[in-house]
Amino acid sequence: MLEKALQGSKRYWTWLFVVIGFITAGVIAFLYQLQEGLGVTGMSRDVPWGLYIAQFTFLVGVAASAVMVVLPYYLHNFKAFGKITILGEFLAIPAVILCMMFIFVDMGQPMRVMNVPLHPTLNSMMFWDFMSLGGYLFLNILITRVVFSAEMKGIAPPKWIKPVIILSIPWAISIHTVTAFLYSGLSGRSFWLTAILAPRFLASAFSAGPAILILLCLLIRKISKFDPGDAAIRKLSEIVAYAMAVNVFFVALEFFTALYSDIPHHVEHFRYLYFGIGNATALVPWAWASAILSLGAMILLLVPKTRQNFSLLPWICVMVVVGLWIDKGINLIITGFVPNPVGGVTEYAPTFPEIMVTLGVYFIGIFILTILYKVAITVKEAEAA
Amino acid sequence: MMDVKRREFLRLAGLGATLGIGGKTLYEVVKGDEVLASTAHETHEGTRWAMVIDTRKCVVHDCEDCIAACHKTHNVPTFEDPKRVIKWIWREEFKGAFPDQNHMFMGDEVTDKTVPILCNHCDNPPCVKVCPTGATFKRKDGIVTMDMHRCIGCRYCVVGCPYGARSFNWSDPREAIKDIDPAFPTRCKGVVEKCNFCADRLSLDKDPACMEACPYKAITFGNLGDKESPVRAALKGKYTIRRKQGLGTGPSVFYIV
Amino acid sequence: MHDAMKVIIGLVIFLGLVTAPFWFNTVGGTSARQPELVVGTDVKECIEPTGWMRAYHMDLLNQWRDEVVREGKKDFVSSTGKTWEHMKLTGTCLDCHTQKDKFCDRCHDYSGVKPYCWDCHIVPGKEGK
Repeated sequence: MLEKALQGSKRYWTWLFVVIGFITAGVIAFLYQLQEGLGVTGMSRDVPWGLYIAQFTFLVGVAASAVMVVLPYYLHNFKAFGKITILGEFLAIPAVILCMMFIFVDMGQPMRVMNVPLHPTLNSMMFWDFMSLGGYLFLNILITRVVFSAEMKGIAPPKWIKPVIILSIPWAISIHTVTAFLYSGLSGRSFWLTAILAPRFLASAFSAGPAILILLCLLIRKISKFDPGDAAIRKLSEIVAYAMAVNVFFVALEFFTALYSDIPHHVEHFRYLYFGIGNATALVPWAWASAILSLGAMILLLVPKTRQNFSLLPWICVMVVVGLWIDKGINLIITGFVPNPVGGVTEYAPTFPEIMVTLGVYFIGIFILTILYKVAITVKEAEAA
Repeated sequence: MMDVKRREFLRLAGLGATLGIGGKTLYEVVKGDEVLASTAHETHEGTRWAMVIDTRKCVVHDCEDCIAACHKTHNVPTFEDPKRVIKWIWREEFKGAFPDQNHMFMGDEVTDKTVPILCNHCDNPPCVKVCPTGATFKRKDGIVTMDMHRCIGCRYCVVGCPYGARSFNWSDPREAIKDIDPAFPTRCKGVVEKCNFCADRLSLDKDPACMEACPYKAITFGNLGDKESPVRAALKGKYTIRRKQGLGTGPSVFYIV
Repeated sequence: MHDAMKVIIGLVIFLGLVTAPFWFNTVGGTSARQPELVVGTDVKECIEPTGWMRAYHMDLLNQWRDEVVREGKKDFVSSTGKTWEHMKLTGTCLDCHTQKDKFCDRCHDYSGVKPYCWDCHIVPGKEGK
């Protein structure tokens, strides 16, 4: 099935060439980091996790969000999603691979990565995260492989795959729950010590993921002869709307508990994020940008007139993705470390090599996504013709 | 030579017990009938190494003899950049070390104080609980220590420790050690390190380096499980506090204020 | 398979190239050069038979490090029942094999392995910078 990716237009090859260029730059930056140590990043004793782990957190959500097309289609027989389930699953595969790569580039001793399965430590949430991500990747590859090759042959997929697909639904929920547990079980980090972290992660994932999928659908419609269909895109935008509303509600709950209880070490993190502590204000513009983008997108999505406007929808989706990316891909992780356990304030800013590695990893994901979507589009175009 | 293979087998066979080694099982967390006792499950018997620091004696602010001795003995590198700094024991302001004990009417003699802080060798250590490879583990004698060979440098323990006791090697530490002490290994880049309660010296029947170096005899070390031990004597009849006791970690470092 | 001939020729060339070093040595009559090791001691016996040590010293060191670091053990009892105090790479091993560069390194370089022991452990007599 991958042979479909070997034939394409000049535009397709040019795009792949650009993607490989970014990957190469990222690999060079990573080799430099491997040589010198993680000191080439902006991370520090006080902020030991940065851009890498934050991207991992955001992307677990993107991976999990495939469930938002799989569930309506397979459990509720929502026909309009029949055309795009493959797009959702093909988005999940590179997203999980990205998660794994972001953990890998964040390790101080990446050569020892096999110590995790070799010395299974069941009390560590990181161990469970490795396991659940690996399992989810396996499930998605298996499902797409079986279902899609049946579709290519024009036959119905074998019956045994249905329970596997059903299993992938709770599995998707589990990957993001375990990711939230990485943070929410730490007694010393008040900002994350909240039971709503896992549901909040899921809500923001189910908003950002389908928003990315809408953007991809609109792009596919523009550059190929495959049309995912208005009905599917409309339904996706409703999912984005509700999930965003739930996400905003959950964040408001966080505010209430922290600020009304007024426990200093809970309030301090919110103060740092939205107002800064002393001269330490690096995250303040990001925090407000995220809040404005998310609230603005929520309103535009809840009003049917703006949501159903197809020339406005891509911009709303960009607002959703950027707003939630700032929230999870920067703010949520960094803020947990400021102030530090002894009340000190150390800020974080990524360095140039760190940004290059991050971009390189993202482009490996984009490369895989391009290949998979090329296959899907080629097959779908042939079906339509 | 069966040994190597047999050990491997025993290790795999013992996997089922892994849940209990690192932290408490959920059942252990909820069982028991004591309330208002963050110390309910703490180890009272057997060997549990502990330290008592008398901050009344430790008042000369520029005295860093304990720090120098510790860092020299253990080849702790000196990185000047505060973002990259590695420390096993250091001085922290009273309000930073004890945020819950601090108030605005506290006497100057306390608020002006900086106190030596180090790994607390918790009875219920969060760092051990989070470590994905078992590189950080608690020994039977209560010492929370690290297997540097196994550490993958994920820094989850740095994130999990509520005391800021852990440091990561952001670059090759050898370049920042002036005189390497051949009796103790250095670390390599990409692993985490922290105070080991001088497990290396204890195995040679020596006292911890910080205690030995203190000119004011402010540090006492011994076995909490032994009623006759110097730490039990030091704790008797005095009001002592521990850092962030409310978290239930059960620190083994006590402070006389 | 209309390109069968091309494929076969390609395979033959590939196999020829891959096995070239062996042909080169067979024709030239040279054999692989062994590393010259300086054992560094007059003691006749290692802690285990030489052949076993040569093959499994790395496994033994892994076992030692787990026992010392993780289980707090100190002594090693060999297969002959003899007890050696201190399972120590820089002590027990290098007490006899005093010339690391002419023993450990020569063989490791020859076989192309790069153990990371010395990233942290200090070769006796080589301390300082």
